[in-house]
Amino acid sequence: MLHVNSISKTYHSKPALNDISLTVQHGESIGIIGESGSGKSTLGKIILGLDKPDQGEVHFRGNNLHTLNGKALKKLRRQLQIVFQDSAGSLNPKLPVWKSVVEPLENYPDVIPSFLKEVRHNRKKMAEVLFQKVGLSPELLERYPHQLSGGQKQRIAVARGITLEPDLLVCDEPTSSLDVSVQAQVLNLLKKLQKDLNLSFLFISHDIAAVQFMCERIVVLKEGLAVDSFLTEDLFSQSRHPYTKLLVEMSMEQENKIEENQHFYT
Amino acid sequence: MNIQMPRINRVPFFFKNQNLLIQCGIIFFIIITLTTLIGPFIVPNDPLTANMSERLAPPSSAYPLGTDHMGRCIFSRLIVGAQSTLGITALVVATVALIGIPIGLVIGYIGGRLDTVFMRVADGILALPEFILAIAIAGFLGPSLTNLMISIVFVKWIAYTRVVRSIVITERNKDYVQAAKVGGSSNWKIIRRHMFPQIVSPVLVLATLDIGKVILTISSLSYLGLGAQPPAPEWGAMLNDGRPYFQSAPELMIYPGLAIFFVVLAFNLMGEGLRDKWDVKSR
Repeated sequence: MLHVNSISKTYHSKPALNDISLTVQHGESIGIIGESGSGKSTLGKIILGLDKPDQGEVHFRGNNLHTLNGKALKKLRRQLQIVFQDSAGSLNPKLPVWKSVVEPLENYPDVIPSFLKEVRHNRKKMAEVLFQKVGLSPELLERYPHQLSGGQKQRIAVARGITLEPDLLVCDEPTSSLDVSVQAQVLNLLKKLQKDLNLSFLFISHDIAAVQFMCERIVVLKEGLAVDSFLTEDLFSQSRHPYTKLLVEMSMEQENKIEENQHFYT
Repeated sequence: MNIQMPRINRVPFFFKNQNLLIQCGIIFFIIITLTTLIGPFIVPNDPLTANMSERLAPPSSAYPLGTDHMGRCIFSRLIVGAQSTLGITALVVATVALIGIPIGLVIGYIGGRLDTVFMRVADGILALPEFILAIAIAGFLGPSLTNLMISIVFVKWIAYTRVVRSIVITERNKDYVQAAKVGGSSNWKIIRRHMFPQIVSPVLVLATLDIGKVILTISSLSYLGLGAQPPAPEWGAMLNDGRPYFQSAPELMIYPGLAIFFVVLAFNLMGEGLRDKWDVKSR
């Protein structure tokens, strides 16, 4: 469904992405792991058509994303949505949140998502259904972003991501701005939605545990280069790239530390 | 026993829960508006009728603030003059906002070369002092109230464009704009739905503070003879008329001066209050 063909991108004469290729099949979830600065967010932006690669192509459902003009791009984008990292910045602070959620539906009057069939004529009702779908109370519809917690805002961002029933949802570090307990809730929500809606995920994160939980395949980025690519069950295999091993080790250490601390406090 | 107290709500909504600055400003503003609207119908004398036998008369029951050098009632002239001074000010500020805001929205959002060219032109205009430029334009077009308005609009709209543009530039790269793009919103819709609400409060503050300055500019230009033409009553022109008599009859300049002072004060109080209220990070 999505083919990324050896794209490269340079920012201020520093290579951000170097010859990256990957493929996402329908219903499949791919994790992109890397430390900050490894170019993973840039990759997400290019795949969404928000940024142009210097070289290479992105094909989505057989169309080259970066040569399309306005109307065709808009039609394609319907299948290609995003959940941003910073839940605070991804919602307009001056709008009640329900308006942000139903905005994509206003732009695509012809699209009738399966879960909104009965209420498609009423914007407020659609927002209500979407809120239910991400586990939020309809009391929050009229709130402004600063009146909500980080977890609630991220759920709203997820709701906006699924409104058009896309094929592919790009999640750019969807949990890294949240508390550990809330992270688990949001991940469970995403997992559930993936099953219900048969979504594909491009899950960008530095959190190996989250990617392991969400994805079937993992690509490891280091300084703009894809150094490793494997099935999730092979994460601990001996044939992994040394950098992957290092990342796994580091995340294990962190987890142990958290466990030790828990022991200390209880 | 359970007695429900009726909710006392005698204070109007726009007055309640405001800070002291805004409250003072609002009181002034209401007085000024009422005076401007009703005043001309209840003034004791015709503001244009000269009565040479009553020149420079002291305050009396017929002339509450005395008469000027032509024997015209100062009180009546002040009140009728409020209409032209404040009416022109409102018109100027509205025009300036109508021109400045859309241009700022568009060039801020599109950016690139258009923005660069535009801002260099604006810098060029701003390099000259606002007031002197207004004098030059008003002088070039010839003295009349319309030309006065044109000249002030010409120098003022840039400030609004700059404010709007800088806000749009900081906002347009935020995630929620990107999200709107991914959600299929057109640029026009993003400007309308997402950019416009961000600029409303800063522009309102700017406009409120600007009203004071515009009144001063109109009065100053009229004082220089470039605005309202005699015998039409206008506060700045009245100041100008009183100038030759400054030593013998200072009240000719004191009254219009005080009128300008209080109106400017009222709008500045409101502007400062609104700024305090809205310039908080999370609304």
